[in-house]
Amino acid sequence: MSNPQQLRYSKEHEWLSGAEDGVSTVGITEHAANALGDVVYVQLPEVGTTVAAGETCGELESTKSVSDLYSPVSGEITEVNEDVSNDPSLVNSAPFDGGWLFKVRVTGEPGDLLSADEYTEFSGS
Amino acid sequence: MSSSSSVSSFPRTTALDALHRSLGATMTDFAGWDMPLRYGSERDEHLAVRTKAGLFDLSHMGEITVTGAEAAALLDFALVGNIGSVAVGRARYTMICRADGGILDDLIVYRLAETEYLVVANAGNAQIVLDALLERADGFDAVVRDDRDAYALIAVQGPESPGILKSLTDADLDGLKYYAGLPGTVAGVPALIARTGYTGEDGFELFVAPGDAEKVWQALTDAGTPVGLVPCGLSCRDTLRLEAGMPLYGHELTTALTPFDAGLGRVVKFDKAGDFVGRAALREAAERASYEPPRVLVGLIAEGRRVPRAGYPVVAGGRVIGEVTSGAPSPTLGRPIAIAYVDSAHSAPGTAGVGVDIRGSHEPYEVVALPFYKRQK
Repeated sequence: MSNPQQLRYSKEHEWLSGAEDGVSTVGITEHAANALGDVVYVQLPEVGTTVAAGETCGELESTKSVSDLYSPVSGEITEVNEDVSNDPSLVNSAPFDGGWLFKVRVTGEPGDLLSADEYTEFSGS
Repeated sequence: MSSSSSVSSFPRTTALDALHRSLGATMTDFAGWDMPLRYGSERDEHLAVRTKAGLFDLSHMGEITVTGAEAAALLDFALVGNIGSVAVGRARYTMICRADGGILDDLIVYRLAETEYLVVANAGNAQIVLDALLERADGFDAVVRDDRDAYALIAVQGPESPGILKSLTDADLDGLKYYAGLPGTVAGVPALIARTGYTGEDGFELFVAPGDAEKVWQALTDAGTPVGLVPCGLSCRDTLRLEAGMPLYGHELTTALTPFDAGLGRVVKFDKAGDFVGRAALREAAERASYEPPRVLVGLIAEGRRVPRAGYPVVAGGRVIGEVTSGAPSPTLGRPIAIAYVDSAHSAPGTAGVGVDIRGSHEPYEVVALPFYKRQK
């Protein structure tokens, strides 16, 4: 698998797109999706709520476990991916694409986000 | 080189370990064994077993051979079932209990010959069962042998499994009933062919020498792939058995419970000849269960999509009335399901107002009778 070069990554295995009009898209990486197994339920933050970098803002359930969803940045949620709510398997089949989770108007980001190469080394894949 | 490098490392690996890795399996530590959790999507593996066929490495299971003139008498004393009545070539689901009636393990016992039985224990309990059998064998003309390293166990399960296996054996599979086993040849190597499983489907479990395991696995793969067989990991094995309402030791069965508590009192045979370990305590447990039912094992089906997990409280009217023992998203039902012990007042199918406390939020659940799934014969 390859982690797209244009994205940045958190150590909690989220990816963050570059900002368009101050809004970035967030999802989980293919490495994380593979580790979870089949995702069967996604609880996303509500549009309009404020999230803080590194804090939980939802959850992902797979066959075997439930995992917290973290926001890689601070900001306001502007949109969530309803397609993923209806069909959580998108997280497995297209983690960097149709399986995106939410969009956030970024007000602050931590200094330790990783580049694609750094994340590949960090995650081992 | 340090001497410790020759000591077997943990977790243990099966004879098929290299093959699993070449197939890209996600591995997991299960009862001290490094086992395939899944190869691809566990949901797809589950559905393949329900509709076509799946191939499992179950070599972690613990085989114990009991032989001798009093092999049957020993097992009648050591286990709760009537093992002496099992015909040669047949198998029996049974349990081994402590003197206080607590369940040590659930077992399948195959009668291979008049004076030879194969006892198959759960991986996590194999040593406990072996120790108990050795201790209980005192005074019997019988030998208890640890055969955990003598066998690899490969299961082929699902509606296509008879056709797949037929192409690799001349054993009479049509004459092999459910819960029967016979020695034969599969893909040219000796095997004990048993029509047993833990999936709720028709299927076979093949006990072979570890050195033959890769050959048998490959032959089943070659014969089965054209009809939809896929390799399957322990993740889908768990959801398959859960849908079929089959208990898993450590979840529905523990030393704190008797077979009567687990709704499986039928495995205890008081009418067999002679004493057996746990008889007095189990007699009391049977009487207690008849007038003061303990918590009852029921099925729960979610109305929503959040998944119940083992240990979550079952609630009704703001009160805790039970506990989930196993839970998972059900690929067949398309909804989360659970097995739970609940107070008998809330155990009737259709009981209103029952929910599961999922990390603080009470999610509504429907009470149903087990199993969730029964195959069409």
